[in-house]
Amino acid sequence: MSEFAIELRDVVKKFITPEGNELAAVNHVTMQIKNGEFFSMLGSSGCGKTTSLRMIAGFEWPTEGEVYIDGELQGRKPPFLRPVNTVFQSYALFQHLTVFQNVAFGLEMEHTSKNDSRRRVGEALEMVRLTGMDKRYPKQLSGGQQQRVALARALVKRPKVLLLDEPLGALDLKLRKEMQLELKSLQKEVGITFIYVTHDQGEALTMSDRIAVMSFGKVLQMGPAVEIYERPANRFVADFIGESNFLDGSVKSVKDGQAVVYISAWGQELTGIVTSKVNVGDEVAISIRPEKIRLSDQSTPNAISLDGTVVNSTYIGSDTHIYLDVRGQRLKVWEQNRVSTLDPRAYYQNGQKIQLSLVPENTLVLPKE
Amino acid sequence: MNPHRRSPWIIAATLLTLFFLYAPIVVLIVFSFNASRISPLFTGVITKFGPFQLVSGNVVQSPCGPFHWFCDLSQNTEVLSAARNTLFVAVTATIVSTIIGTMAALALQRYNFRLRTFSQISLYIPIVIPEIVMGITILVMFSQLFTFINDSLHLTGDSQLGLGLWTVILAHISFMIPFVTLVVQARLQGLDKSYEEAAMDLGANEWTTFRRVTFPMILPGVLSGALLAFTLSIDDFIITFFTNGPGSPTLPIYVYGLLRRVITPQLNALSTVWILLVLIAVFLTQRVESRQR
Repeated sequence: MSEFAIELRDVVKKFITPEGNELAAVNHVTMQIKNGEFFSMLGSSGCGKTTSLRMIAGFEWPTEGEVYIDGELQGRKPPFLRPVNTVFQSYALFQHLTVFQNVAFGLEMEHTSKNDSRRRVGEALEMVRLTGMDKRYPKQLSGGQQQRVALARALVKRPKVLLLDEPLGALDLKLRKEMQLELKSLQKEVGITFIYVTHDQGEALTMSDRIAVMSFGKVLQMGPAVEIYERPANRFVADFIGESNFLDGSVKSVKDGQAVVYISAWGQELTGIVTSKVNVGDEVAISIRPEKIRLSDQSTPNAISLDGTVVNSTYIGSDTHIYLDVRGQRLKVWEQNRVSTLDPRAYYQNGQKIQLSLVPENTLVLPKE
Repeated sequence: MNPHRRSPWIIAATLLTLFFLYAPIVVLIVFSFNASRISPLFTGVITKFGPFQLVSGNVVQSPCGPFHWFCDLSQNTEVLSAARNTLFVAVTATIVSTIIGTMAALALQRYNFRLRTFSQISLYIPIVIPEIVMGITILVMFSQLFTFINDSLHLTGDSQLGLGLWTVILAHISFMIPFVTLVVQARLQGLDKSYEEAAMDLGANEWTTFRRVTFPMILPGVLSGALLAFTLSIDDFIITFFTNGPGSPTLPIYVYGLLRRVITPQLNALSTVWILLVLIAVFLTQRVESRQR
């Protein structure tokens, strides 16, 4: 068994657009996905995540580069010869077959014996909690149930890797949250490598061991959720994952993984953590997450205190979102409502003068691209 | 004004439409029970059972009673052989054109190839051009071809190639294919490609995917295409007229021949049976299609 369940080596996929132009949907992507990993490809539509998945499944062939499954070069192998299975966004359940026949389809293709197949389908349906539904037709099931049939149909084949193409996209929010946790625990239970394609960052952060953030056919950053969120590689990733305040500046000095950046709009220097290589003189972006700015009068060591004015304050239940004007720059700050009170002053008011403090540990220095 | 009351114009238009559609058919069926042998007027129904008796052109008594013309029809070997020819042509042409038409639809819908747009457009040509033009062109093609083959192979007498039922079948196939293709294509358009991908993903090769997934899912389209082709073939006159050889007429050709000689209520009886058969066929396919949904 190879160390990697899936390996993409410098893969390029070009399409011809209807206007006759060449478009690289996937542009020199290299990825190594470990056995048993829950791996997500995250990006907005057109970033190449689905195309990458389809090249692993065998629905598309790379224009350049190679796809390896379990150490084996795939080349132009058709989908039915690859040890991977897919859960489709549209589920693609066979409408003319019952739930049982749908799940048994893949086993039938392997010529599994009737008894074996009946037992394994039963197990698969039990795993997705659909026992007793086997005689129904897909149309008689709810969206969530259909989703689980699609999952059982793919998992019953015991693939090396399960590919999931936005499988929760069609479900409502509450069901989606439930299914996220269910999928995660299911993956731990069966121990199969999952590759999950999504445009929903919350989904990717919740479930994945590692995430690849993609944009315009390229991988911008690959790593665990914490790393992606707390140490984004560049401004785009910080902007795409979660929310952030950005300030433009130029690097004055770099030392011990920290950089001093001059913010011309404020005429002030800020110190922050360096995530990717930056050089003195580089134009960079300072990124500060809204929940990591503190509004208080107490000064903390090596914090920089600034005066601001509340422009707008929105109470959203668990948090209050405060939008500040700080020397001509807009900053957003999320404050948790830790005290239960009806006093409006606790939730800040428009025009209120306020002091905020920025600490270097929560300040990131990011390349612009 | 009561919004639920329908305008009298709508009622009038509906009744008139129904009248013009169905009155001729009702008249035709009623006349298949006419006692008069030749009169275009209705002279009453044959009421008496007994040995055949004719009084001044009116059938007074028949072993089959009011169904005299149907019994008469059933003994007419020419009609029966024409009916057999029609069914043979329709069934054969339907099977072949459905197979070819479905394959064409799959190719046009699922694959990209050179001349695809051209192939698609050329499908409409047999539908658009007048049938009589199509009939003549096919006739010209056959006769040129036969002359060439017969001459170059020095065929004589019975071994010579000539028009016959098989040329009718070929002609029918050629004009039925586009209808099947267009109907099946419409169905394929609504069929997401991911079903086929899912089947392949689960280990089915191309042929198994077609057999187990694509075909069952487009079957309603294939059936309606086949039915459309069948009905087109069974009542086709013009193309059959040009491509048929002597001595093996189909029903429409035979009826046309009868019209030129003498019209007896036997013809009405034949039409009545025909209408009933078509009604049953339509009813059955409706049932099949509604069960598919």
